[in-house]
Amino acid sequence: MGLFAALVRTARRRSPWIFHANSGSCNGCDIELLACLTPRFDVEQLGVRNEGSPRHADILVVSGPVTRNTCEALETVYAQMPDPKVVLALGSCPATGNVFAGSPAVVGPLHRVLPVDLYVPGCPPRPDAIVAAVAEAAAILAGDRPRPAEPEAVPPGTVPPEAGQPGTGQPGTGRPGTGNPEAGRHGDITTGAPR
Amino acid sequence: MTAWQTTVRLLAFPGLLYAVPAAFWFSWLHRKINARLQGRIGPPPFQPFFDVVKLAAKRPVPRPPGQALVMTLLPVGAVTATLAAIVLLPVLPGWTGFPGDLILLVALIEVGPVLGVLAGYASRSLWGALGSSREAVLTVAHNLPFLTGVVALAQANGFSLHAVATGGPLAVRILAVIAILTCLPVKLHLNPFSVATAEQEIYAGIGTEYDGPRLALWELAHGLEWVALTGLVAVLAFPVTLAWYWHVLAFVTLSLAVVGLLAVVAAATARFTLGQATRQFTVWGFGLALSAFGLALAGS
Repeated sequence: MGLFAALVRTARRRSPWIFHANSGSCNGCDIELLACLTPRFDVEQLGVRNEGSPRHADILVVSGPVTRNTCEALETVYAQMPDPKVVLALGSCPATGNVFAGSPAVVGPLHRVLPVDLYVPGCPPRPDAIVAAVAEAAAILAGDRPRPAEPEAVPPGTVPPEAGQPGTGQPGTGRPGTGNPEAGRHGDITTGAPR
Repeated sequence: MTAWQTTVRLLAFPGLLYAVPAAFWFSWLHRKINARLQGRIGPPPFQPFFDVVKLAAKRPVPRPPGQALVMTLLPVGAVTATLAAIVLLPVLPGWTGFPGDLILLVALIEVGPVLGVLAGYASRSLWGALGSSREAVLTVAHNLPFLTGVVALAQANGFSLHAVATGGPLAVRILAVIAILTCLPVKLHLNPFSVATAEQEIYAGIGTEYDGPRLALWELAHGLEWVALTGLVAVLAFPVTLAWYWHVLAFVTLSLAVVGLLAVVAAATARFTLGQATRQFTVWGFGLALSAFGLALAGS
């Protein structure tokens, strides 16, 4: 590996900037994410910055079950982020739909809309689990850890045909390659990749 | 000035070899002090450097060629102009400059913010345009005391940087330096005058649409602005002729002290509204700078 490539790899590992997108969350996960920035957890020690624009960010942190209204916005935000990028599903809602599963207003889980790399289970997840997930995301950005296999392709701007129908987004329907969202509910992070 | 001296100034001190590492160092120091005052540990020492390297290595989202060119040239211009301003600073005692170099320095310092205003509009983003309009209003407001302070110094010493840095009445110098110092937070987008960038409030303001290497250039330009502006205050606050190494030591120490002062003020204050920020400069800042100018007129 060349010197510049090694430098870039280190820089990606040590400078993961996040953009937080709320896709219909109850705000529980959002508050826990903000707690990561406070003196108790101080995620800036890892070089993390919470950016106001998705174009600046490396990690897209999505909370909420992905409602119909936010689906298109999520795709736009994802498209605006420059490569390499990682999608992190924050909490149980983007992973399984949680208590909103089956609602006609919900398109999620998130993996129906975006390729999810990491899940942080919990309702809401603890801040230390979020910090660990961001560190894991930084390792994926740097190429230290393999990215999970690509999910089934969904054309941009389209809603999956079954989305919003009763019975979709049931808990425990984690798709192969994107990690099992039900695994490690008590703070573990699953990537779907071998450790 | 010999070609050798010019080369040293451009490439070594206070040029590239000093300015670029200092840009990262000052940015880190500001973030670190801010974090410590908030009870946090803060970022590790090389954080701004890693931020810029990471951004430079990202693959930006494709744009129309014309817009991409403009959005690339604007931060390149800001980096170049700010670096040129740093090179002009009379840090080493052998440098006597040329007549009117103070005007060139002030112009070069202003190029960065002006290009920043253009950058917000050029990105065709609502939030970029909003940030640009705020930045434009603040630029007009804070330049009233800033330029009056510079003119007060020039009234006493002439428009030569070397003369301004080494001579003139002390009372004029103190008032003018304070007036210039109060303008630094707005030039560096710091609290309480951070309304132009207003992170999260208007997304990322001027820089909302910038990504990858273009954003890396803006980050570098911002770091260089720290070096240029704190260096200007350091030069004006040390009007003594000594051996060159004392000048270098005083320049670096005073620059760091100004960084610390600005970081403390930024951490201890909340953001003014645009109207409040403008009033601070058009009333209090301008009054202070006008006092310096009056003293300079009376003394001449």
